[in-house]
Amino acid sequence: MIGYAVLTPFVAALFAPILVRLIGHWAAYILALVPAFLCYRFFGYIEPIANGGRVLESLSWLPEMGINYSFLVDGLSLTFAFLIAGIGFFIVIYAGGYLKGHPSLGRFMAVLLAFMGSMLGLVLSDNLITLFVFWEMTSITSFLLIGFDHDRMASRRAALQALIITGLGGLVMLAGFALVGIIGGSYELSELLSKGDVIKSDALYGLAFWLVMAGAFTKSAQVPFHSWLANAMEAPTPVSAYLHSATMVKAGVFLLMRFYPILGETPLWETVLPIVGGVTLLVGTILAVRDTDMKLMLAYTTIASLGLLVMMLGVGGTGAIEAAVLYLIAHSFFKGGLFMVVGTVDHEAGTRDIRRLSGLRSAMPITALAASLGALSMCGLPPFVGFLAKESIYHSVSHGDWREWTIALVAVIGNVLMFAVAASIAIKPFLGRWVDPPKAVHEGPLMLVLGPLVLGLVGLASALFILELMQTNFFAPMIMAVAGREVEVDLHLWGGVNLALGLSAITVVCGVLVFMWIEKFRRGFNGVLTAIGWGPDKGFDQAICLLTWFGGVFTRFLQNGSMRRYMRLTFIFTAMALLIPIYQQNLLPGKLRFPELELWEMGVLLILTIGIIQVVLARTRLTAIVSLGIQGTAVALVFMMFGAPDLSFTQFMVETLSVVILALVLTRFKLMRQDRRSPFSIIVDSSIALSVGVGMSVFLIHITQPFLDLRLSEFFANYSASVAHGRNIVNVILVDFRALDTLGEITVVLIAGLSVLALIRLKAPASTEMSVSAAEALKTKTLKGAK
Amino acid sequence: MSTLILRTIAPTLTSLMVIYSIVVLLSGHNEPGGGFIGGLIAASAFALYGIACGVGPVRRAIYFHPISIAGFGMLLAALSGLPSLMEGVPYLTGVWWFPKLSKTVELALSTPLFFDIGVWLVVVGSLVSIALALEEKD
Repeated sequence: MIGYAVLTPFVAALFAPILVRLIGHWAAYILALVPAFLCYRFFGYIEPIANGGRVLESLSWLPEMGINYSFLVDGLSLTFAFLIAGIGFFIVIYAGGYLKGHPSLGRFMAVLLAFMGSMLGLVLSDNLITLFVFWEMTSITSFLLIGFDHDRMASRRAALQALIITGLGGLVMLAGFALVGIIGGSYELSELLSKGDVIKSDALYGLAFWLVMAGAFTKSAQVPFHSWLANAMEAPTPVSAYLHSATMVKAGVFLLMRFYPILGETPLWETVLPIVGGVTLLVGTILAVRDTDMKLMLAYTTIASLGLLVMMLGVGGTGAIEAAVLYLIAHSFFKGGLFMVVGTVDHEAGTRDIRRLSGLRSAMPITALAASLGALSMCGLPPFVGFLAKESIYHSVSHGDWREWTIALVAVIGNVLMFAVAASIAIKPFLGRWVDPPKAVHEGPLMLVLGPLVLGLVGLASALFILELMQTNFFAPMIMAVAGREVEVDLHLWGGVNLALGLSAITVVCGVLVFMWIEKFRRGFNGVLTAIGWGPDKGFDQAICLLTWFGGVFTRFLQNGSMRRYMRLTFIFTAMALLIPIYQQNLLPGKLRFPELELWEMGVLLILTIGIIQVVLARTRLTAIVSLGIQGTAVALVFMMFGAPDLSFTQFMVETLSVVILALVLTRFKLMRQDRRSPFSIIVDSSIALSVGVGMSVFLIHITQPFLDLRLSEFFANYSASVAHGRNIVNVILVDFRALDTLGEITVVLIAGLSVLALIRLKAPASTEMSVSAAEALKTKTLKGAK
Repeated sequence: MSTLILRTIAPTLTSLMVIYSIVVLLSGHNEPGGGFIGGLIAASAFALYGIACGVGPVRRAIYFHPISIAGFGMLLAALSGLPSLMEGVPYLTGVWWFPKLSKTVELALSTPLFFDIGVWLVVVGSLVSIALALEEKD
């Protein structure tokens, strides 16, 4: 059951802190067994998937609402699952070396594994709601990982920014999922995949498209939402290598691939995606060339690569899908590896500023080898898988109209700049003459060099030695799953002399030229960007400032601390809610029928009235509170006379307790003995009180006067003894028939108790009036609960 | 407020009220009563004891912090809904079992009973913590 396999990283996350405490960073080797086990589990699916099948598994969750814990394994999700678990294996080991001796390594491992589980759940989900839940879980775990060094302001800001941008995008996407689910009549992707035509022809297609895109574009850091990804580099390098290159940021691209048969290949899709992706590609590469921090350079090229992927998916057609799939896989290998290389250099040499590093090849030969393997693939040079991907990109856009040529031009510019960045990262720190780095440098330990080396070799081998194997098991099934139809896939390293090869040659030549003059380009881009002086990152801060300012103004307007004002507002709205329907629908009772009253009944009513009058006329607050108690007791008597002993019982107790508590409040807080009000506020308050009273009375009379619907009462009377073994209907309703309501009520009681306790402990003078109101609120809740 | 008469009678009165509140709690399924009402009675009892003899003795007598008692009650009420899930019926459905103590005596145990005890604890805990906090003269 794949649903359980997805949960294993979460279980491992629970034990990670203990394990790290016991055996230190060696725990990484044990924890890496989890992704290894997952890879082993996934191996069983390769063959059926390669033969064109797909596997569906489902557990009911809320079947009435179409929400299930269901999973779909096909070419797309299986390849992603392998990438997540496979790269995750090396990342876990790498993290053990990178954060060796860090006091919070246990917490780090736990969150990293939880992220792995969320990501696997995301790609394997069949149900859209399940997918959404895992999607948001990746946002939350990513937040925790970016903010790992939570005592640094920059980390906290980056974490919050990532959470806000991806979280908001996810919420908008949820609306899109709901819309797609409603149009398509199911939340299961396996069913929706065949209903693309229905959804695309629906009038609401456009809205659904934009809502889903909001999720994909924010998660995959498309312009103008890209700034969170660059800032996320505040995280420790294993996080950047895993989340922000190989896996999480690809979730948006994954979503686009998943939804390709559902929403794709429409004019809207083929307009929006190439524009957004193309702009992101150009912006990303320009920012990458400008930077000198190697980690940030890689982060910006990641943004650019994501843009390239979105652009290719927007081009549409099987050729473009093939290109996107190849590039996605190639990118996961080389970018994950290069990030780890930069982390190792940073770890061992003490800086990742590319201007301060040179000649490290003799000190770190293995790292240098891994760097060149990754960079060669990133440059798109043969015989690496990156070359296959780039050829495929050029091939798919080089035989069409002006639109395809524009896209080809953008792709070439982007690839040229990425070539230059990759070349500088592989060459500048390692070749050239020796410069003393800030730390005494030596080769990284096995834990740090294993991951980048293996990923670099895989990037080489999958194109050179095992291309056939990769093609039948991963590339072809994934391409078919994205396209949603049968596709002929035939990949070769040498495709003959064609236009794509020519474009590749241009790319390489221009790339070398840019690399040689990269300082000039850097200064040029820097000048332009400084001249603009504003970016989405600044815009984010401004938006947050605006939001907090607005929140402050709004809160000060609504919650100015005056209890009297709160009560007035509350009761004005109550009165309106009661009186407006009465006026509009003319609910005034025509003729009132006064029941014959016995003498003692009149007596109780008299006590009740006197109590109320006394509350209004009372000179001191204490008298008013006690008089309110008299009135309440009279109400309890009324309940008693009309056969509601439970209610009456509760009312007695509540009255007693509230008089005690209110009197205690009065003695504890130095309130004025008397409640002085200006004549104006007496008029206002009394008219509000009268309107609420009249409204409530008319409303109750209207409900009870013509006839009272007793079906519920009869149901409870008939079934309470036979079904719930109780003769006290009120109690049976409370603890059995409507127990969930009661659970809610006691939660409110508990929270009210906690808040009153907090208010009393505050001891600020301003809290006096609030305690009175909290006690009142508690009284109302308790009474309501017992009803 | 703490006169000699009140101080003398308060412990007895409090014990009686607490016992009565438990009676009300347990008999509530068939007679008027239940966790809410019982909890209110017990809360008044502790509030009275606090007024008469001071907050310290009450806190010592109930040993736990009242808000922890309320929290435990909440947990108990929430957990009492779980056995029904094992039976395959919705959360919080009443599950009953009647163990025979002897040939004639049969005990009626049920999840609603534990739910009601949870309600009782929440009401007692919340109200007592408010009352005691207010009574404290620090």
